[in-house]
Amino acid sequence: MRYLPLTHDDRKVMLARIGAASVDDFYTDVPEAARLDGPIHDLPSHQGELAVERHIGELAAKNRTASEGPFFVGCGAYKHHVPASVDHIIQRSEFLTTYTPYQPEIAQGTLQTLFEFQTQVAALTAMDVANASMYDGSTACAEAALMACRATRRKKVILSGGLHPHYAAATRTLCEAQGIEIVQLPAAVDSELELAKSVDGETACVIGQSPNVFGTITDMSSVAEAAHARKALFVSVFTEAVSLGLAMPPGEMGADIAVGEGQSIGNPLTFGGPYVGLFACTQKLVRQMPGRLCGETQDADGKRGFVLTLSTREQHIRRDKATSNICTNAGLCALAFTAHMTLLGDAGLTRLARLNHETACDLADALEAIDGVELLTPRFFNEFAFRTKMNAEAVLAMLDEKGVVGGVRASRLIPGAGFDDVIICAATECVTADDIEAYADALKEIV
Amino acid sequence: MSMNTQGRPTTPAIVANGNGSASVSGSRGLLQREDLIFEIGTTETTGVDLPAPKGRADRLGGVARKAATDLPGLSEPEAMRHYVRLSQKNYAIDLGVFPLGSCTMKHNARLNEKMARLPGFADIHPLQPQYEIQGALELIDQLAIWLKMLTGMPAVAMSPKAGAHGELCGMLAIRQALIARGEANTRKRVLVPASAHGTNPATAIQCGFQVDEIKANERGRVDMEDFRAKLEDTSDIAGIMLTNPNTCGLFETDICEIADLIHEAGGYFYCDGANFNAIVGRVRPGDLGIDAMHINLHKTFSTPHGGGGPGSGPTVLSDALAPYAPVPFIVKGEDGFRLVEDLKGDASESFGRMCAFHGQMGMFVRALTYMLSHGADGLKQVAEDAVLNANYVQVRLKEVMTPAFDGYCMHEALFSDEFAAEGIETIDIAKALIDEGYHPMTMYFPLVVHGAMLIEPTETESKAELDRFCESVIAVANRAAAGEESLKGAPYHAPMRRLDETQAARKPRLKWTPPEPKAIAAE
Repeated sequence: MRYLPLTHDDRKVMLARIGAASVDDFYTDVPEAARLDGPIHDLPSHQGELAVERHIGELAAKNRTASEGPFFVGCGAYKHHVPASVDHIIQRSEFLTTYTPYQPEIAQGTLQTLFEFQTQVAALTAMDVANASMYDGSTACAEAALMACRATRRKKVILSGGLHPHYAAATRTLCEAQGIEIVQLPAAVDSELELAKSVDGETACVIGQSPNVFGTITDMSSVAEAAHARKALFVSVFTEAVSLGLAMPPGEMGADIAVGEGQSIGNPLTFGGPYVGLFACTQKLVRQMPGRLCGETQDADGKRGFVLTLSTREQHIRRDKATSNICTNAGLCALAFTAHMTLLGDAGLTRLARLNHETACDLADALEAIDGVELLTPRFFNEFAFRTKMNAEAVLAMLDEKGVVGGVRASRLIPGAGFDDVIICAATECVTADDIEAYADALKEIV
Repeated sequence: MSMNTQGRPTTPAIVANGNGSASVSGSRGLLQREDLIFEIGTTETTGVDLPAPKGRADRLGGVARKAATDLPGLSEPEAMRHYVRLSQKNYAIDLGVFPLGSCTMKHNARLNEKMARLPGFADIHPLQPQYEIQGALELIDQLAIWLKMLTGMPAVAMSPKAGAHGELCGMLAIRQALIARGEANTRKRVLVPASAHGTNPATAIQCGFQVDEIKANERGRVDMEDFRAKLEDTSDIAGIMLTNPNTCGLFETDICEIADLIHEAGGYFYCDGANFNAIVGRVRPGDLGIDAMHINLHKTFSTPHGGGGPGSGPTVLSDALAPYAPVPFIVKGEDGFRLVEDLKGDASESFGRMCAFHGQMGMFVRALTYMLSHGADGLKQVAEDAVLNANYVQVRLKEVMTPAFDGYCMHEALFSDEFAAEGIETIDIAKALIDEGYHPMTMYFPLVVHGAMLIEPTETESKAELDRFCESVIAVANRAAAGEESLKGAPYHAPMRRLDETQAARKPRLKWTPPEPKAIAAE
């Protein structure tokens, strides 16, 4: 077995040194009825690399990849180009095969990149501070709701009608377990500002999203003001991190907490995970934050260095009094994010964002020109919703037959709410003029 | 000046250079100084070439960013150097023994990485039509079958994103089962042993439960007398969260009785599966009477720890909890695999959704690749070699160090600081190991042992490597027993000396800020 270095002789020598007759001696604490005598039946025996590669490769070959042809699926995960160097960097043994940096003297590589990551996320969201990552955007959103309830000592959370339904569901699951009331506003393409009317004196926070799940971007400053007027917090969500290069970021709208998905920068689609949750807030709230934080300090020689800090918020120190149960986060995905972001810089990010927006505008022009297509999203970044007179699932299936993966049917995310004829589509820098033409031509024939 | 065998001067004593460094450059040999990207990059620089925008009218409706991010960029060569230099300040499994107890730092097979990067997995979208991604659903289904067979459990929830998220999954399933019984408001008490991972009590609280701590006995297991006393009033018992093998590296000998008693009390048994590596292929937790257990794919099934994540925490469930599993899950029908995403039909009793999409696909591919590589026979050998290695380390080290408990251990060996002279603490021993070229063991955990040192070598260490490691630990332990003062200053030869964590917490600096403009020096 190629991953096991011990030889038969080693095992014999070691058992003798220990004074055990066989490894069975180590398992005598196991109740007799629960001891297995041989390998578990009905599972295969070990295989070489070649055989395993064939098996896994066959499964991979059954999937239609995003690069195979025109592809317009978004709604919380986006097909972007990742520079080749990013994947090389995250496969460095010293990053890939190390642990959480609890021994800072031999983990400065991880710690410095986390410090840079936190600085980048804070700048991108225009917030004061950011943590070292959460599992993904949806769980970051749920944690933001809990944090708002802790900070305000209130137990009511209001979700906008444009919040990604998976984010809303993850937030509901976690909040309801703690007896927190969830108010969900009706799903609508352009209704984030409704949050301002719903906030009351019991509200811990209102959660709005821009760009929202329909692609609509909104200046939610009035929501922040309304929330603050009632001593509630405003949580601003995004699922497309690249949008922050061009569209208004949470900090410019007065957000207290900003959470979002970082996948778009540095991380492949991978069918939904692993991704990287971004979590930022105002300086005032920093001690209520969940998750790890990296901070600057000095070593015994006075040299600048970095450590994990404020860990008295965390489960391994505070146990039942911790701000969250999170331990493992998204370290390597955060490294991919920060490496890609470092390659981009402000100049690259701005250009990438503009390129996305222009591509989506071109797509919108092409689709809008088709009879029977109604564009629903009034202001957008790289994603928008449109309606045809046909069932969206049928339209997407017909598009698929023509080689175009046209987007997400809104009813998959929001069932039974009157969105059966709505398709949400995204266009990133990976979409070409030919792809747009193929989409428009195919759709014209269908509707 | 003393001379070496070549007649050249011997290594001079290190003289700090005012900047905390021994050289003008701040580098030393292969160890390169590397500043922050904010100090070396510029906002105009970029390492990504993109086509120029056409400059067409935007459709942002005025919702544009006002202030630039001011983030610096680096060209590709600068970026590569930045990250490679930084990487060289990290310890890693690929460099040497990484004996962190309870963390299972085993070798990360590179075939796993290669498979996860196949475009058929890395380049598919979670919301593509399901007929386009049948291979992905089939892979998840195959992994689920392996997990169910290895644990002897009937169901598994695949979406939890890490171990603690899996704990949340199991405890939310228990809460939902109690809701279904109409007892969620009365059954609030969860028993948690004092030796538990911090995530256990934190998770119980996050699910709205209360934590009641059970004592450990002098053999490092659950104190059954205390446990029974906690069950005198069963009316408010929701369940127990127990790690097995436990965090002392010991199998809970009374586990079947614990399961029976908690069930009789009307509660459920959550097992923390962090230490599954010790028993995989030898014991099926399902045969021990548990109701839920998360499996850290990043421990037992070798997906990389990546400097703190991502992990993956599929959670196996008993028949009693299976109906409450979170969405989404996969069902196999006549025309292929199907994702159940809505809370109706097959999922009408589900407690809901834990996260967007379908779980850590990239980790699933790696874990299945690993399982297929090892096979059922190899996984059994994994557990046996892991336990053999730990016992070998225990026997060698107990010549000097104080084992926390008598007898054999499972996959990790636990020592107390009793052998150390007064004034020498566990952290000094740990930091001195860094100078020996090793990552320290887990320190001060579990809390039930004074100055705990928890060593988990895993099965992927050779005997020769273990022998070298043990010789270093023994040498340091002897110095600790002798009360050698120099230990207090260790490490001396790491990229950094001991870092001041108190200063970091007192006035947190959590991001880079531009330096204050320097006042022009007066002539």
